[in-house]
Amino acid sequence: MRILSIIVKRLLWFIPTGVGLVAVVFFISRVIPADPAALLAGETASREAIDALRTKLGLDRPLLVQLFDYYGQLLNGDLGTSLFTTRPVSSDLLARLPATIELTLAAMLIAVVFGIPLGVISATHRNSLLDHALRIVTVGGLAVASFWLALALQLVFAMDLGWLPLQGRISGFPPKPITGFMTIDALISGRMDQFSSALRHLALPAVTLAVPALATVVRFTRAGVLDTLGKPFVDYQNAIGIPRALIVWRYVLRNALTSTVTQIGLLFGILLAGAVVIETVFQWPGIGTYAFEAILQSDYAAVMGFTVYAGGIFMIANLLVDVTHAIIDPRGDR
Amino acid sequence: MGGFRQAMGQLAKDRSALVGFCLVMLVVLAAVFAPVISTHPEAVWDMNPVNRLKAPSGEWLFGTDRMGADIYSRVIYGARITLVIAIVAVGASLLIGVPIGLWAGWNEFWPGEALMRVSDIFLAVPQIVLAIAIAQTLGPSIQNVILALSITYWPWFARLVYAEVRALKRETFIEAAIALGVPQWRIVLQHVLPNVASPIIVRTSIGMGFTILTAASLGFLGLGAPPPAPEWGRMISESREFLPEAWWYALAPGLAIFIVVMGFNLLGDGLRDVLDPRLRRSHDH
Repeated sequence: MRILSIIVKRLLWFIPTGVGLVAVVFFISRVIPADPAALLAGETASREAIDALRTKLGLDRPLLVQLFDYYGQLLNGDLGTSLFTTRPVSSDLLARLPATIELTLAAMLIAVVFGIPLGVISATHRNSLLDHALRIVTVGGLAVASFWLALALQLVFAMDLGWLPLQGRISGFPPKPITGFMTIDALISGRMDQFSSALRHLALPAVTLAVPALATVVRFTRAGVLDTLGKPFVDYQNAIGIPRALIVWRYVLRNALTSTVTQIGLLFGILLAGAVVIETVFQWPGIGTYAFEAILQSDYAAVMGFTVYAGGIFMIANLLVDVTHAIIDPRGDR
Repeated sequence: MGGFRQAMGQLAKDRSALVGFCLVMLVVLAAVFAPVISTHPEAVWDMNPVNRLKAPSGEWLFGTDRMGADIYSRVIYGARITLVIAIVAVGASLLIGVPIGLWAGWNEFWPGEALMRVSDIFLAVPQIVLAIAIAQTLGPSIQNVILALSITYWPWFARLVYAEVRALKRETFIEAAIALGVPQWRIVLQHVLPNVASPIIVRTSIGMGFTILTAASLGFLGLGAPPPAPEWGRMISESREFLPEAWWYALAPGLAIFIVVMGFNLLGDGLRDVLDPRLRRSHDH
């Protein structure tokens, strides 16, 4: 019941935030430019063409009317039409979303699988050489520009050593789309050659994307474990002779992870934002590359559609985090 | 002011803060003395096709770019662009966010609450997503990058100050000041503001690093200062055409971003430990 009430509470918060986000994007797209019609028509358009477009798009009407029209459009799932692909922005984005989610989840997996153990070891070996080395790595991981790291990895592992493909999502024909995640689709179809190709293409972008997230997971796990190690129950367990490893990896970790889980959720946002930039380096056909191409083409509707879309995904991710947090940590009811 | 001196003394002893401070100063000095320390100041904006894509050597410390400009000199001058963008954008975010947070947190009056809901919307989406939309609408230029970053970063300060002020209001010394009839503006400026200064300073340092990374990303995406401005993100983006042959092209700008962001992050961590032990494990991004 309590979890249900949290979900309902968060959903209720979701609505005004979503409405607000759309208003902000609307404000950016219609109020900041001096003449949105001229922007939409392009640099070579004549005066008459711009005026005609303004009337056609209803940009000559009061702003508030336009805003409510925009809400109406969005409720119908209409994000406008891309000037470049000439297809609806919403279907463009939907087609590219699985690629981005696959990349983001892969990066998250790397960050969690390596980050949590490293964080625990860092805490149990506090102030050791290993701890200091990990600290330098994590501080560095948060300071490196992801697109630069991406180029460096491409240079070494793809161009120089030739171990991994430079860019793209798969070589040859992709597997039959089932989930949209190429690695999983290849597995379902039983095509190991396609699976290995998809996995090899995924490796570099996922590792690049995982670096700052990994650093964050290590830092928070370390802090959480250190905090929990000072709790009386640990002294008690030590005193009654429970093996140290069992105490640390089972009891302490479970308690320490609650704050890490919140962080992992927040990471989803960092990863999604990072994907926008990293996808362009690896020509990964997700919504980030789409946004980048839209920027290059001055494809205005596509950029705005991407903003609303990415914002929406991020808010849904936050909602899921809150629910997960409520399930894992029955104490907090904030 | 004794507390301030003590804090500075502690900060000087904190190794990571010291390293951070030195890294930041390195970049600041490079920016200030760019004309003196760059080896080819004349070749930052000019085209010299003869010197195109030369590998690093004694003459060209980090090689040359597609225009034949000295990458070392360009990176040094680029520090100016990066620091100006970060200082102005974070400064503007402070000037917008802190008063809003103070006002909304102190009054708990609906216009303030409404502004906090607006800041929630900005915090609900990654900064770069909204910054892309704004920078795209405005067109690529330094001013527009600054504007895009300011518009999207002030909510961090507003939210931080708001939470601190709300907590402070329940402290006895503030209640005492209210009971004594001290004017509200004086309580806020003399008693509340100094007590929220520490987290603001910490957030400012971390925010500088964060803003520099976002600004570089915008530059990389082609939304930053237009060429031939020596903007680090754009330089890295340009290098992609010339890999793997010109492996040195992106090296210096990438290292420069790394050094300055690392500097501000370390400084922020150190400041947090010294100024606000209570925040030691709090959330940062």
